[in-house]
Amino acid sequence: MRSDTTDFPLKNTLINNFVEHGKDIFTNNKESIIDIRKQAYTKFIEQGLPTQKLEAWRNTDLTAVYNEEYDHYYTQSNVIKDIDSVFQCNIPHLNTTMIALLNGWYVYKDVPLKTMADGTIIGSLAEAMKVYPEIFDKYYAKYATSKDDGFIALNTAMAQDGFFIYVPDNVQVKKPIQIVNVIDYDKNIFLQTRNLIVLGKNAELTLVHCDDSYNHQKCLCNTVSEIVQDENSYLDHYKMQNVNNNSTLINSSYFYMKNNARLTTNGMSLNGGILRNNNHITIDGEGCETNVYGLYLMDKKQHIDNQVFIDHAKPNSLSNELFKGIMDDTASGVFNGHVLVRRDAQKTNAFQRNKNILLTDKAKVNSKPFLEIYADDVKCSHGATVGQLDTEAMFYIRSRGISEDSARMLLMYAFCDEIIQKITVEPLKHRLEDMVKKRLRGELSVCAQCVLHCSHPEKEYNFEIDLSKI
Amino acid sequence: MATDNNNIINEVTNSEYKYGFVTDIEMDQAPMGLSEDTVRFISAKKNEPEFMLEFRLKAYRKWLEMEEPTWAHLHHPPINYQDIIFYAAPKPKKELASLDEVDPQLIETFNKLGISLEEQKKLSGVAVDAVIDSVSVKTTFTETLSKYGIIFCSFSEAVQNHPDLIKKYMGSVVPYSDNYFATLNSAVFSDGSFCFIPKGVRCPIELSTYFRINAANTGQFERTLIIAEEGAYVSYMEGCTAPQRDENQLHAAIVEIVALQDAEVKYSTVQNWYPGNKKGEGGIYNFVTKRGICKGSNSKISWTQVETGSAITWKYPSVILLGDNSVGEFYSVAVTNNYQQADTGSKMIHLGKNTKSTIISKGISAGFSENSYRGLVKISKNATNSRNYSQCDSLLMGDKCGAHTWPYIRTENSSSIVEHEATTSKISEDQLFYCQQRGISTESAIGLIVNGYAKEVLNKLPMEFAVEAQKLLSISLEGSVG
Repeated sequence: MRSDTTDFPLKNTLINNFVEHGKDIFTNNKESIIDIRKQAYTKFIEQGLPTQKLEAWRNTDLTAVYNEEYDHYYTQSNVIKDIDSVFQCNIPHLNTTMIALLNGWYVYKDVPLKTMADGTIIGSLAEAMKVYPEIFDKYYAKYATSKDDGFIALNTAMAQDGFFIYVPDNVQVKKPIQIVNVIDYDKNIFLQTRNLIVLGKNAELTLVHCDDSYNHQKCLCNTVSEIVQDENSYLDHYKMQNVNNNSTLINSSYFYMKNNARLTTNGMSLNGGILRNNNHITIDGEGCETNVYGLYLMDKKQHIDNQVFIDHAKPNSLSNELFKGIMDDTASGVFNGHVLVRRDAQKTNAFQRNKNILLTDKAKVNSKPFLEIYADDVKCSHGATVGQLDTEAMFYIRSRGISEDSARMLLMYAFCDEIIQKITVEPLKHRLEDMVKKRLRGELSVCAQCVLHCSHPEKEYNFEIDLSKI
Repeated sequence: MATDNNNIINEVTNSEYKYGFVTDIEMDQAPMGLSEDTVRFISAKKNEPEFMLEFRLKAYRKWLEMEEPTWAHLHHPPINYQDIIFYAAPKPKKELASLDEVDPQLIETFNKLGISLEEQKKLSGVAVDAVIDSVSVKTTFTETLSKYGIIFCSFSEAVQNHPDLIKKYMGSVVPYSDNYFATLNSAVFSDGSFCFIPKGVRCPIELSTYFRINAANTGQFERTLIIAEEGAYVSYMEGCTAPQRDENQLHAAIVEIVALQDAEVKYSTVQNWYPGNKKGEGGIYNFVTKRGICKGSNSKISWTQVETGSAITWKYPSVILLGDNSVGEFYSVAVTNNYQQADTGSKMIHLGKNTKSTIISKGISAGFSENSYRGLVKISKNATNSRNYSQCDSLLMGDKCGAHTWPYIRTENSSSIVEHEATTSKISEDQLFYCQQRGISTESAIGLIVNGYAKEVLNKLPMEFAVEAQKLLSISLEGSVG
């Protein structure tokens, strides 16, 4: 059912909070930022929280989420408890620079903002806003424009913290940066984070971004990231989502690319109540290359909504999308791909693919791979499939004496493997292989301690073929 | 090469619409504008039974509450519904019994269109229902068909002679409240064709309706209803043209098809309404609701369309696959040139088990035109083992046009397979080079490639239509490439 009400109490709470907690929200903000916030606030009042009446939201119903009661916090001290627990969460063998967000706030052991030996600046967004106002004047809220939907405006108006990464020109960051975003709070919580990543000319960065939750409380998390890539830069971006079934993540990433920039973004959604990923990629340069991959494994009542908008504004660029998903139980999945090739963007190559497997009759998939093309010298294609495991492949495996369960597991894993193999960071690839296997067996749950199983990093999962059944 | 292409594009954009003449026939018209009185006027004019007037008024009242849809990728100035004459008919001189008695002017008109009523009757063995402006002027072959129990006549005749069939089926596929334009049509439709194939009868000849808008300032609102009873088969064709005028004329039609158990209906359209001139002035606004329902098991409905005309096309022929093992097909070539806009596609709603559907859509856009495919494939919970294959390709000619694809896929069943693929590109330089290398001129090479591209759909047309469609394609596109 579509809901018609747009005035949720949550909207009014947020509007009131902006007025009441204005002082906290504006802490250390420059005039220009305060202006941006106020404009976005006005915009949010106008737009409200998105409902299914909007075309972009028609397959995702958040009414129940909006009707929950949440705790809202505008000062850091209230929500941060045990910092050490956050830092346990690490991918083994992956030599990374770790930064962490806990309940929406940047947490640190020594300093909130550090400059690495190569000049890269990593740290808290709130701190960076204070220290580097010139960077914020140039990039902040320039790409995530409030016109898209209410969540963006809301985030721009009220999000206080998040992470900030600045890679100067000609710097290739050797170690991947890993961001762990943990939600661990004993009541229902509403949080917003805002991230800004800037890559200078010829800069290179590998970024691993994990969303985890440590308990089973409800949460609504609205994240907006702006990622700016200057000429000839390279970003390898991974987004892992493994949160509890009561969590709703609204995650909007705005990528902006200049000439010859290259981007690979890989989203792995393993668990979550309602996951919404907006990937908004503007290719404002020639010779760019973008790969957008996504894997989603949903069961129970989980819902995933992947939105990808690729705007080819300049000629001679390539974009490639591949999203694959397996839906079990009563899970539902949405894929909305939109490729826009503008009038002058000749010689554009854009490919879009979405493949889904439905395991039950109650699972649902809505797929809309949409091409909007105004230039003639282009090669664009899209494909979408919804089906089930290949019966012939199944027969082949079973005829070789492998049990049905193992055969099904093998096939499902093989289906996912296409995405996993795109991961270029070896330890991460192995970790994901392991996690996907566990996920498919139903063994990966959001445990009370740590989803990444740091306590047994050495334990690898393999397919176990039960010989007694042959 | 570039100059070549420019010449060719010029040639194409300059090619004239050859059906743009006006016939001077005395017309019987309703006063301009739309009100409850207009609806009553039309109903009275047609001497309709009470239930028809009620149906119309119900629709009119609903229409007043509705808003014109804006979701389509179309841009046009708002339509002023008070500026349209909703009913225009050639003044009947007397009751028509044979073709000889049809107004010679009208026969002349149809001869000019290449639809010689007389010749068709003698030679091709196609039964034609000719609809000019709002009214069916002549249906050929009625007698021959009645031998088989087939009813093929104008809608108003059917209302008079077979009211129970009309009552039972009218609005059963496209309800009066379906959408803005269908509701408008339900209120003011003037005529159209009615076709009923009784149980077990295979219609021996192709049935065809020819629509012609003639009078100025009029809108055409016709309604077609096709019923195929158990085990029946019919192939139905529809063609349309309109005079060249500077203003835009509205055409809002409804086609309803009901296929009962084991029945098969094949519906082909060559749509060639006046597309407007090369500056984008004039032309027909074509808002059509076409829908069929495979009510019984093993039934089949197939839509084939070649869309070359109309300033604006808004049309989504659909099939509701209700019966088990039923089949829905949609084959389409949509060509847009100059400032034409087309937003067209198909909907396949799978409700029954083992239902199958195929969508093949080929869009070709040239000039400044916009060509969109918009389609929905829905597999409901109970449609186990259903299968859909969709392919929608777009060909772009020139850098000022647009081609868009909006496929919606909704699957709620794990045993079904849905596949969708689409490509958008211009004519491949390799193919062009290959042809030219063998001494084929650029223009012929492009003709070859475009025809090859559309072949898959053209092949599905009945022979009589395929020829016309191929000619149309060559007029619209011969040799145009960017």
